[in-house]
Amino acid sequence: MHSPAPKAASATLARPVDLTTLWIAPPLLVLGGLFFYPLVLILGQSLGSDGSALSLRFYAQVLATPLFQGALLHTIVIAVASSVGCLTLGFVMALVLSFVPFPGARGIARLIDTFIALPTFLVALAFTFIYGSAGLLNMSLMATFHLPLPPIDFLYSPWGVILAEITVYTPFVMRPLLASFSLIEPAQIEVASSLGAGPWRIIRQIILPAAIPALLAGGSLCLLLTVNEFGIVLFIGAKGVITLPLLVYDKAIQEFDYTTACVIAMVNIALSLSLYSLYRLVVARFGGRNAGLV
Amino acid sequence: MASDLALDSARSVARSAREPGSGICFEDVTVAYKGTVVLERFSLTVAPGEIMAIIGPSGSGKTTALRAVAGFVRPVSGRIQIGERDVTDLPPYERDLGMVVQNYALFPHMRVDENVAFGLRARKEADTTVYGRVQECLRMVGMLNYARRYPRELSGGQQQRVAIARALAIRPRVLLLDEPLSALDAQIRRSMLDELARLHRELPALTVLYVTHDQTEALTLADRIAIMRDGRLVATGRSHALYRLPTNRFAAEFLGRANLLTVRREATSGAGSASDGVFARVRFGDVSLLARSAEGVSAGDECLLCIRPHDIGLQRPPAPVNALVGTVQSVVWQGDLHNVTLDLGADLGADLRGDLAGDRGDSILRLVSLPLREPPQPGDRLEVFFAPEDAVLIPAEAAHA
Repeated sequence: MHSPAPKAASATLARPVDLTTLWIAPPLLVLGGLFFYPLVLILGQSLGSDGSALSLRFYAQVLATPLFQGALLHTIVIAVASSVGCLTLGFVMALVLSFVPFPGARGIARLIDTFIALPTFLVALAFTFIYGSAGLLNMSLMATFHLPLPPIDFLYSPWGVILAEITVYTPFVMRPLLASFSLIEPAQIEVASSLGAGPWRIIRQIILPAAIPALLAGGSLCLLLTVNEFGIVLFIGAKGVITLPLLVYDKAIQEFDYTTACVIAMVNIALSLSLYSLYRLVVARFGGRNAGLV
Repeated sequence: MASDLALDSARSVARSAREPGSGICFEDVTVAYKGTVVLERFSLTVAPGEIMAIIGPSGSGKTTALRAVAGFVRPVSGRIQIGERDVTDLPPYERDLGMVVQNYALFPHMRVDENVAFGLRARKEADTTVYGRVQECLRMVGMLNYARRYPRELSGGQQQRVAIARALAIRPRVLLLDEPLSALDAQIRRSMLDELARLHRELPALTVLYVTHDQTEALTLADRIAIMRDGRLVATGRSHALYRLPTNRFAAEFLGRANLLTVRREATSGAGSASDGVFARVRFGDVSLLARSAEGVSAGDECLLCIRPHDIGLQRPPAPVNALVGTVQSVVWQGDLHNVTLDLGADLGADLRGDLAGDRGDSILRLVSLPLREPPQPGDRLEVFFAPEDAVLIPAEAAHA
């Protein structure tokens, strides 16, 4: 019973050093130098590594401030609201593109896909041009109705951020949704309707269940991306809306309060990593056969 | 025991279906996709309680005809009636049909019983009704023990049974079957065919439209058969009659195997009439033959003589009427029968040989026989016989249709 183990061990010992494993070294070095080392520095800073003993006292301090709590709340509310918005809008749009035959549907699906390639602040910039206080909409409304003040004023509130994030991240939901819709057998929908199911029942009972893996995967991806969104918040929300990434920026760049910035960064990282684990879990749990599409 | 239960449940489904059934009526239906006409002025009436098979090669428009009844394609012209109701402009979910498709299309995230209940739920039936009806229909197709399974846990045959139960649960007057057996392997296909026949015996008021490319399925199951080609109806008739007395070349060749000999009806009417039809004398080369006459074949016309391979005998009857001599080309043993191919060419008159060269007929005669103890050898000269009742003339015009 025990004999194979020592044999195997001696075989491992006897084997000459495998040079091919050295190929791992360069990527590890790069990763370590550019990613893990700074991460460790940030972690150290947040724990108070400058001479004093490591402790969580800065965490206690920072986490107790209303500024941090407000930012955390904003971050979560905006991320959840944007993700829900993305899922709703994405589901409706994917539904129309997949099941309502109209000329150019494929082209539009492609176009939406290219949205993913655009930088997020571009949409924010476009939003300010259109909905901003000196934007197209407000200027023309003021000119038309002789208003003294811009009537449309949602852009610099959380609503503006949420709307911009929905615009930017909806394609991330639509891609897996379009893929999962294309796997639904058209015959299933036909049989369902011949059995007396109207469009709503078909969406609810045939299409939605088939789309759940894609919705979960797309939704958690959205959540992850919106929690870390920086550009849009900076462009649009800077005046009133403070989220965790923005707070890190404020503390580090504008107030030179590195310790607080590092604490907040660590919280943000923890939030992101747990969302990412959730995302992987969801993909593994539900997306087994669609994993390649998500 | 199990079959008693099955019969009971079938009766209770049948009870509701005993009210007069609904027929299907196509009236000059034309369907076009993007300018291409796929169904052209199609008219067909399916009587209540009848099984009508629509057969034809792929692209013949048979599935389009079924989809027009279901409401998945809208005709550009013409009307479709189910029973007394004009359904041409109704959406599919208001047509009250059962439908079974080739790949079952079971809802993958629902259990078997939920699949069967789907139509009833869509109709907002009470829970007790739904439960009872689901049990009943699953029992009828022998799938009651699988009620809590998911479709992916079932074999193809089992899935198709569930699909049939799902279609029957809403007690439709009309059942549409779109190639329901073509995804199954041969053995299961045969047993499902028996099963479908049994179901229809138990639900005699159910009108069935059965689309298939398989002539065996059509002949086994259907009361009547409609043959389609290139979007048009080519022939229709009671299955037996259509097989025995095809009205055109395509019908003869698509429904079973047929020998088609180019013959000329004799001017001098040596024809006699029998109790079941009128016979005409024709010339095949130098040979004179007697066959059932057909409309559209006048004296002196060139036409086709259709004779099924299994109607040709090797035994000389006491008073042979039709005899042909040929050279054996091949003999193929197939277990329960022998396929023999004869070349009649060498024994034909010179004039017909010329015709045959022009690709207008066939000098090859195929016959099947029960296994022969001493089968003929290739090269042998063989005399074969057939009865006038088994041979039918087909107008030459139809041959080019």
